[in-house]
Amino acid sequence: MTSPPASDLILSMEQLALSFGGVRALAGVDLQVRRGTISGIIGPNGAGKTSLLNCIAGFYRPQSGRIVFDGRDITRVPAARRPALGLARTFQNIALFAGMTVLDNIKLGAHCHLKTGVLSALAFTAEARGEEEALREEVERDIIDFLEIEHLRNRSVASLSYGLQKRVELARALAMRPRLLLLDEPIAGMNEEETEDMARFILDIQEERGITVVLIEHDMGVVMDLCDRVTVLSFGEQIAAGTPAEIQADPEVVRAYLGTSGAGVRRG
Amino acid sequence: MLIGNYKVSYAADQAIFRTPASRAWLWVLLGVAVAFPFVAGDYFLYLANLVGIFTIAALGLNILTGFTGQISLGHAAFVGVGAYATAIAATRLGLPFWLAVPAGGLAACLAGALVGTPSLRIKGLYLAIATLAAQVILEWVFTNWTGMTGGIRGINVAPAGLWGFEFDTDRRVYFLVAGLAAFHTWAAANLFRTRVGRAFIAVRDRDISAELMGIDLFRTKISAFMISSYYAGIAGGLWVYFAKVVTPESFPLSLSIQFLAMIIVGGLGSIKGTLFGAVFVTLVPEGLRAVVQGATAYSPDAMSWLAPMKDIVFGAMIVGFLVFEPHGLAEIWNRIRRFFWLWPFPK
Ligand SMILES: Nc1ncnc2c1ncn2[C@@H]1O[C@H](COP(=O)(O)OP(=O)(O)O)[C@@H](O)[C@H]1O
Ligand SMILES: [Mg+2]
Repeated sequence: MTSPPASDLILSMEQLALSFGGVRALAGVDLQVRRGTISGIIGPNGAGKTSLLNCIAGFYRPQSGRIVFDGRDITRVPAARRPALGLARTFQNIALFAGMTVLDNIKLGAHCHLKTGVLSALAFTAEARGEEEALREEVERDIIDFLEIEHLRNRSVASLSYGLQKRVELARALAMRPRLLLLDEPIAGMNEEETEDMARFILDIQEERGITVVLIEHDMGVVMDLCDRVTVLSFGEQIAAGTPAEIQADPEVVRAYLGTSGAGVRRG
Repeated sequence: MLIGNYKVSYAADQAIFRTPASRAWLWVLLGVAVAFPFVAGDYFLYLANLVGIFTIAALGLNILTGFTGQISLGHAAFVGVGAYATAIAATRLGLPFWLAVPAGGLAACLAGALVGTPSLRIKGLYLAIATLAAQVILEWVFTNWTGMTGGIRGINVAPAGLWGFEFDTDRRVYFLVAGLAAFHTWAAANLFRTRVGRAFIAVRDRDISAELMGIDLFRTKISAFMISSYYAGIAGGLWVYFAKVVTPESFPLSLSIQFLAMIIVGGLGSIKGTLFGAVFVTLVPEGLRAVVQGATAYSPDAMSWLAPMKDIVFGAMIVGFLVFEPHGLAEIWNRIRRFFWLWPFPK
């Protein structure tokens, strides 16, 4: 397979390696993500999928290798600066702010795009007020409406079901106005209806907004339906990459992960 | 009976007082506050001033501890820094009160930034101990830097004056205190309508994901420390023009604990709760004093129980609220309100 031209790639990495003490979480991964696609990362538990996302988001710093986002080497950019570049993520274990309402959680996502400083906040100047009103309109129109959570906006997130919390997390990530959205097991633990809703949202995010999506998922059916391209990790190594059909047919993948029957591993 | 309340615009939905009923209450409250000094006696004016000054200080502590999750056992010392800076600015530099009080706020703000600097590295219990150290050190400085602070004799300050008007009685000081308390309450409420306040709460709830949202943890924590101690400093400055004298024993550790009691009893992370807490915690010892005074009829040395009883009651209140109502009086108030809101169909 020929590799695409560099400008076509929104994310690429070279020989990314990360270990914790003696544990090798990532052993030389070369992931490439094309602009405007949905990429899936699969692999058994402990394969290093979350670690890979954490490296992209800047939460972990790889010991060696390079991460290039949109033509810029971001390997050493601190985590707190990456959202402003257009990177957003959700977490495997929901990480919402429990003491805030749904609306405030979502607004928090836009933090790095807002400007109000301490003094104008205390005085609630015209600029501060204007910024808040514009944000509120944007959140209502582009996010709350889109994700169908109008009825939740003033609820405390702690009172929501697991599936709805995941949806609010997605809402917060969208408020970060990302160009690349990283989703860590967005569907795990959801019932069938919630799964269908979430899959539809992810597709809409890519198709209607042109946001590139990288997602980790265990549900093979969902991965095969959503993803343009799938990368398989096992013990920190990339053992295969290709279209969903190619991956399902790859004998090494079947042996390492899918099992001889080819059936999906639902959860682990 | 009100079943719901449909907001016409997002701006109205984001207002501090969202419903006509709550705006009506605000006007009632304002009316009472303005009428109060004309009807209240000296003792109640004295109490009201105390409540107002403590409200400003407690708001500062709630911003830091209740909203940002950074505990401080040194808040009284920051009030002290503000008080001394104000007194020094007024006596040595001859600044008028409207410059001397903000100078006290700024001095405390700088001290807060200094003490807050390690907060990026230390959390919880360790931060409590670091702020406790600040409390002890600052108290020592108040007592021993006699050249600046006047030692245990302290500094006497003339009443505040404005265009020939002297704030020389508790009744006159009341207007100063009430005005500044209202202003600082409004400013604190504003903070949490913007990204700045949201970042504070995010750092409290989950600092790691806050960072991944693009929040600079260090800047956020330092901002919280600075705002908090600025509030403490303003309270200290007002204290100077209220008491007309500053002495080191006015800002002990027990006052820091009392501020913590205010925000725990009132409601951590609640502006409204801070007001409730400041009123409640200031008035409880006064109520206690009245009870003990009554008891002297039966037992002449009853007054000697007052101090230990005060400590026991505060301790019991803190523990009681933490165990039974961790959201404080603010939550009790909300429950009562919800009850009447939906009355006669309470949930
Ligand atoms: N913060 C950490 N400290 C120590 N070990 C870690 C840490 N994060 C991940 N690991 C280890 O790295 C390996 C990969 O973990 P992870 O990336 O979470 O896997 P996955 O998401 O594919 O299940 C595991 O062996 C895990 O124990
Ligand atoms: Mg994982």
